[in-house]
Amino acid sequence: MPSFVNVEKCDGCKALDKTACQYICPNDLMVLDKESMKAFNCEPDMCWECYNCVKICPTQAVDVRGYADFVPMGASVVPLRSTDSIMWTVKFRNGMVKRFKFPIRTTAEGQAEPTGGFNADPDLEGPVLFTEPDSLGCDVWTK
Amino acid sequence: MANFETVQVETDLLILGGGMASCGAAVEAAYWAKKNGLKVTLVDKAAVDRSGAVAMGLSAINQYVGLKDGENTVKDYVNYVKQDLMGVARDDLVASIARHVDGSVHLFEKWGLPIWKAEGGGYVHEGRWQLMINGESYKVIVAEAAKNHLGTENIIERVFIVGPIMKDGQLAGAYGFSVRENKFYIFKARAVFCAMGGAVHVFKPRSTGEGLGRAWYPPWNSGSSTYFTLKAGAEMTCQEVRFIPVRFKDAYGPVGAWFLLFKSRATNAFGGEYMVERKDELQNWQPYGLAKPIPANLRNYLGMLDVMEGKGPIYMRTEEALQKIANEYKDDPKAHKAKVKELEAEAWEDFLDMTISQAILWAASNVQPEERSSEIAAAEPYFIGSHSGASGAWVSGPEDLAPPEYFWGYENMCTVKGLFAAGDASGASSHKFSSGSHAEGRIAGKAAVRYLVKENPAMPTIDDATIEALKAKTLKPLDLFEEHKAFTSQTDVNPNYILPKMYMFRLQKLMDEYAGGVGSQFTTSKVLCERGLELLDMLKEDSEHLAAGDLHELMRCWENYHRTYQAEAHVRTMMFREETRWPGYYFRADFPKLDNDNWLCFVNCTMDPETEEWTMLKRDILPLFKPEGDHELLGG
Repeated sequence: MPSFVNVEKCDGCKALDKTACQYICPNDLMVLDKESMKAFNCEPDMCWECYNCVKICPTQAVDVRGYADFVPMGASVVPLRSTDSIMWTVKFRNGMVKRFKFPIRTTAEGQAEPTGGFNADPDLEGPVLFTEPDSLGCDVWTK
Repeated sequence: MANFETVQVETDLLILGGGMASCGAAVEAAYWAKKNGLKVTLVDKAAVDRSGAVAMGLSAINQYVGLKDGENTVKDYVNYVKQDLMGVARDDLVASIARHVDGSVHLFEKWGLPIWKAEGGGYVHEGRWQLMINGESYKVIVAEAAKNHLGTENIIERVFIVGPIMKDGQLAGAYGFSVRENKFYIFKARAVFCAMGGAVHVFKPRSTGEGLGRAWYPPWNSGSSTYFTLKAGAEMTCQEVRFIPVRFKDAYGPVGAWFLLFKSRATNAFGGEYMVERKDELQNWQPYGLAKPIPANLRNYLGMLDVMEGKGPIYMRTEEALQKIANEYKDDPKAHKAKVKELEAEAWEDFLDMTISQAILWAASNVQPEERSSEIAAAEPYFIGSHSGASGAWVSGPEDLAPPEYFWGYENMCTVKGLFAAGDASGASSHKFSSGSHAEGRIAGKAAVRYLVKENPAMPTIDDATIEALKAKTLKPLDLFEEHKAFTSQTDVNPNYILPKMYMFRLQKLMDEYAGGVGSQFTTSKVLCERGLELLDMLKEDSEHLAAGDLHELMRCWENYHRTYQAEAHVRTMMFREETRWPGYYFRADFPKLDNDNWLCFVNCTMDPETEEWTMLKRDILPLFKPEGDHELLGG
């Protein structure tokens, strides 16, 4: 069932307005069961396994089990995402474990400055976009 | 009728969608809107941080021209795209994106996207146009810049757009509903930018069980752009130009890094290389078959011929490619070991950044790419104007590049006044990918503000009766379900309605069998298309009986309704074009050859928004650059 929720770890995001997984799922799949206060994937066969619910969960309660109709059992791929990098633990069916760490961004979270620091003052007429030509590093090409 | 509050929003520019193109439109329009005192509002059916096709991340940026360092020219890119699409592309649109795309990439880097750097400080190229990135947070970063510029108070998330509001033949805005609370939305806008993605799950996918969701392109791309533009009366183009990606089998992991960066070969089960053994077949698809790079659809086709002859499976020779690279260090054991480790990490990151399922499949199958090959296969058809497909709205080019036939005032404006499109929503400008979609969104975002400033259109008024009618139509699936659910002992089997999933399966089955899906070896014909249209007609009639038990299902109803229109546009256009031009995408069995004398043209269509009558038409392919020698056909 692509993403699934470990009932022991899920705390329903402490009954906040909506759960983190519910907030982020691009396909509107994660739902909070108001009785058990546990989240669940309401439509597993529409899950893209994008892992956004896994990465965002504050209690690491969400995991992914490969699609049952073509993936052999026994493997797991688990991310640990921080503010500047992500570490992946890949466990093979035969027990082998591999670990990889990759950078994810070079600026502080929330600090993407729209102009990118490029200076330009183009005209509303014509094809030159905001930040251009500085952001291009050359003039806007024309025929 | 279900009890929903009606929320009315008035804005100058309404941005529909939250993916790469919309984030481009937002970051750009915010700048010009501030200067001109205008309001911009963005509506997304998901959360902008992780919506659209880049929601999971990407391992490469596929369009970077390298203009500032003279690596390539705009003309180079135009030639590449047109060649890949078998001569069918709008030079003006491709050039317009190509001249701006590097600026978007440079902005991404400043915003915080890690782009791989070579020793000299330049970008690491995966291929001629492709850059390698650490792209896990690609969308988060791009969304952040858009949000910071637009202001979160101007962003409305989790609202699904059902369709355009038309008044006296003019576009007046859009209507939709919240998927979180019982609210119906009316957006009145003086201009609308549409970039709500391509279309997935129109065709039956290879995996139909739990793996249904493991489409190559995301399952939330449900044809909303096509429905919105079509229903607003916009002329559409290239609706026949679907894309069939050949990817790692089942989990659809990317092959770009393997082919381009690692220089891997693809062979059949007997070690034969179809690109070599079937070279002569390319003669039949001149001039495109003879140019380099060989168009994606022809590469697909040569592989498909092997499969049809029983020479499958087709394998990506990963072990051979990695060994070959590592062997360059064979005299230095330490360096060799380091290189093997580096290659291994690069290979896994390629999947972990953008198709994590493929990493699970490898781990679950005990596959180590340095030790054994993995199967690749042709996936089901997709509608994706931003990649190697071309379907989308027919939009105006920029004033300085477009011939008069392609120019009607504002870049990326559809044939409907005040409606702009980009990304998967605009057609005939393929190979824009993530970066080009962002750049195109920026082009359209600026043009939309210029339209507002110069034309100063009035804020539309929408009368209460119209609003109530739209509301009743939108909520009807909920009402139908409530009315009839008690009739049977189980809610999923009921003769009074059809639930959206079964409706989708019905659409997928007919498209697969009649319109050239995986199950019919991508082959169709006039009679098959005609029969497909009969079945589509009945499906459309039955869409009146779509039912939904909750808000989530209500969204599914409307998504599938949108898919139906993408399907119809596709079948009608394939039927109209009496030739086979993209044999690795689809094959017209009754017209199996390329026919440049009659069909080197765009096929466009319109649907009357009121009567829903379709009109098919041919449009000329006009070159931006003078044709060169024997490649005359490439130029138009």
